[in-house]
Amino acid sequence: MPPEAAAPQAQRRLRLRFTKAGKIRFTSHRDVARMWERALRRSRLPVAYSQGFVPHPLVSFGLALPTGCESRGEYLDVRLGPVEPGEIPVAQLPEAFSALLPEGIDVSAAALVAEAEGSLQQEVASCDWELEVLGVPGEELQERVEKVLAAPILTVRRERKGRQADDDIRPAILALSVTSPNGHLRAEMATHPRGVRPGDLVAALDTRAVLGRACRTHQWIERDGGRFEPLSVSGPGLSVDATQYARRAFPHVRDGIQPDPGGSPPGGDGRH
Amino acid sequence: METLWPTIERLLPTVSKPARYIGGEQGAVYPEHGPGRVAWLLIYPDTYEIGLPNQGLQILYEILNERPDAVAERAYAPWVDMEAAMRAAGVPLFSVEQHLPASAFDVLAFNLSAELVYTNVVNLIDLAGLPLHAADRGGDDALVLAGGHCAYNPEPLADFVDAFVLGDGEEAVSEVNEVVAAWLEGSPPEQRDRDALWRSLAQLEGVYVPALYAPSYVDGRLVSTGPVDVAVPAEVTKRTVADLADWPYPSHQLVPLTEVVHDRLNVEVFRGCTRGCRFCQAGMITRPVRERPAAQVRELVRNGLERTGYDEVTLTSLSTADFSDIEGTVRDIVDDPEHGGRVSVSLPSLRVDAFTVGTAAQIQKVRRTGLTFAPEGGTWRMRTVINKLITEEDLYGAVDAAFSQGWRRVKLYFLIGLPTERDEDVLGIAELGARCVEIGRRHQKSVTVVASVGGFVPKPHTPFQWFGQDTVAELERKVVVLREAARRSRGLTIRWHDPSASVAEGLASRGDRRMGAVIERVWRAGGTFQEWSERFDLSLWEAALAAEGLSVDEVCHRERGADEALPWDHISAGLHRDFLWGDWQDALARVAVEDCRWTPCYDCGACTEVGLEHVVASPVPPAGGSQGTGQDLSVGDRIPVTLVSRAS
Repeated sequence: MPPEAAAPQAQRRLRLRFTKAGKIRFTSHRDVARMWERALRRSRLPVAYSQGFVPHPLVSFGLALPTGCESRGEYLDVRLGPVEPGEIPVAQLPEAFSALLPEGIDVSAAALVAEAEGSLQQEVASCDWELEVLGVPGEELQERVEKVLAAPILTVRRERKGRQADDDIRPAILALSVTSPNGHLRAEMATHPRGVRPGDLVAALDTRAVLGRACRTHQWIERDGGRFEPLSVSGPGLSVDATQYARRAFPHVRDGIQPDPGGSPPGGDGRH
Repeated sequence: METLWPTIERLLPTVSKPARYIGGEQGAVYPEHGPGRVAWLLIYPDTYEIGLPNQGLQILYEILNERPDAVAERAYAPWVDMEAAMRAAGVPLFSVEQHLPASAFDVLAFNLSAELVYTNVVNLIDLAGLPLHAADRGGDDALVLAGGHCAYNPEPLADFVDAFVLGDGEEAVSEVNEVVAAWLEGSPPEQRDRDALWRSLAQLEGVYVPALYAPSYVDGRLVSTGPVDVAVPAEVTKRTVADLADWPYPSHQLVPLTEVVHDRLNVEVFRGCTRGCRFCQAGMITRPVRERPAAQVRELVRNGLERTGYDEVTLTSLSTADFSDIEGTVRDIVDDPEHGGRVSVSLPSLRVDAFTVGTAAQIQKVRRTGLTFAPEGGTWRMRTVINKLITEEDLYGAVDAAFSQGWRRVKLYFLIGLPTERDEDVLGIAELGARCVEIGRRHQKSVTVVASVGGFVPKPHTPFQWFGQDTVAELERKVVVLREAARRSRGLTIRWHDPSASVAEGLASRGDRRMGAVIERVWRAGGTFQEWSERFDLSLWEAALAAEGLSVDEVCHRERGADEALPWDHISAGLHRDFLWGDWQDALARVAVEDCRWTPCYDCGACTEVGLEHVVASPVPPAGGSQGTGQDLSVGDRIPVTLVSRAS
């Protein structure tokens, strides 16, 4: 056991919640992981690294978001190296990381979480989605939704590891409703044993249906009969006054984050 | 001009890798267009992931956007699926920053890094909505510019491009901008005289306007290319930046949102190379050697890592191990506490000797998976012909050092189809590879040696510009010979490229102005992305040549004589034609030349023609010699004693 494990420790797992919206929705899950790795290096947070032949930062992401979908509830867990209690300026991290990440990725919450909690992959049981359906007349949509909900089995053909497979996605559809007459749905879909992609659900509605905009709004953990988010936007970030520690551990916070000179969005005043 | 994003956005869910088309890179700028500002669209005519890292384009992007009288955005070739979707939806070529149509720009400037992209250039001009031929464009049409290494034989693209800029672009781009700004402001579009613009541009040093030069042919063979009248310069000489320290660019390297090649920080440590490898066009046309001051290198690295969050930096040049005090520079980067000890440095194109491997070992403390060397020729005889003067002793010393210090895989680059090549030189590749495997086994149980073999294509402005390129059949025969010989060696893998692409590359490299019609036909037949093996189609090129009454033998496989006119005779990279011819004769006679950075000048012309000198911090070659310089070449073929006993 490494010697530092014996000393009293602060919690060393940092959980961050973020959005993915706008043009950046066309990047992949792996692309987003790379953006985070660069942002974490720039933040100078004391991220723990693996011990292997090629050390890499100990970061774990939750369920992959399909390329092209937006989200208001993405998560990652960052394993930190040895830290003092209160060393990490948690309350300031959302703003600090939002400035280090590209347009469209905004960090909405941060907290240190208990070591005992499972990984995001294991814990998240279902996700809420807002879906736009194109190609099906608004008046028919309600009927299609009811048909899906009434079906005992709903088989879709999917490509998995290069092979075609037939899956019954009905058990994973926990809730489905029409939210607006111009083709908007709300869906809650289970993630285990195998997640359902928005495109699969929409394809099962009607052969003409095409997925328009899709946004994952929430991810849910179920435990002890309750249902809650891995991190809710309003809290529970640690309310420690971390300023003095932040000066040492997180110099960008000290100086105020300097957004990248070129990073301004269209309509901004251009360079620097 | 209105952004096309709402339309593009609807196409993206239907295409592969949609992140290619969204821009959003860290370091990108969103300039405000307007009167008094020349709008440039800088185009890399290949996919986003290949083009985004191009440093030349990024340098011009920064320089232009810093000017008050210019704005610059970027565009890349849409992949086949996206192009089809764009054409179906009526979407023209667009910029990735603000998704503006190409028609919002005054200048379309192409980077030409490889000849096989020429059909893409034509395609993108068409996709931009411009008349394909420069001669058909009017006062309201954008100016089409091109630069980069391939511009040194501009003739195959002469029909399509208004002006080529030769050599370093840092200074020339501003001069071109001023000429274009004056032309745009001079009169309303309908009254603008394109010929007047051409003539003003032709007065700039390093700018070639093909419409003002005419080729003449006798019996189907080119005899000269000259200016249409006395007001046009007879010869165009490349631009050369005297001191890289004046141009610390790119200072805000673009960090893409999606995966690209070379996805790391790149810092150019010097430009030019005087090793004198006779097959290498880059080494010939970028002389003299101009090093960036080591302190500036360190500053660019430190700022770049801090700004981007990358953990890897490549020190770029044509031969980075030759940078003065490369060891000290690398050590400073790796040991810089600012980077927390987690930064890795990569050196492209390692020099082949044990000393250099020692340097690599110092910096690559962890990821010791593979090392790459480029002996290029399989025998010492072959290497003296091409002036790649790696002695047998240095070669095996380097391989021994690599395997003994923990690397498990060694990759070796070779060319086949070189001048004077015999089968024993090709067999030499297999023999050399087998010896490397044998060396590796002394140190490790399981080793891999990969010999990667490419077919040689002679390039303009090199001593081999007169050489008759091997036919596809001959290259294929040599590959078979090599594979048969290598089959006996466990641990040796031979990889080769499809030799048929070398024909198209040869046509585009050394063709004259008549090649334009061939390129246009290949494009019309659907031949885009010809540098992608899954898209390359030799039959399109053969059909186009036949339709134009031209032959592969005439352009590619025929050896030229001393007095024959070459299509690029009116273009100068500073090199004297008699130097190149002399070096060609030396090659045939196996006479080696040393690196003139540290030995007396042999007057190639690159320095004297443009009034420059090498900028090199160290007055002596690096310890351990530098590929022949200061070494006894008479024993270059001596194989280390421990390997002699091996039955070969």
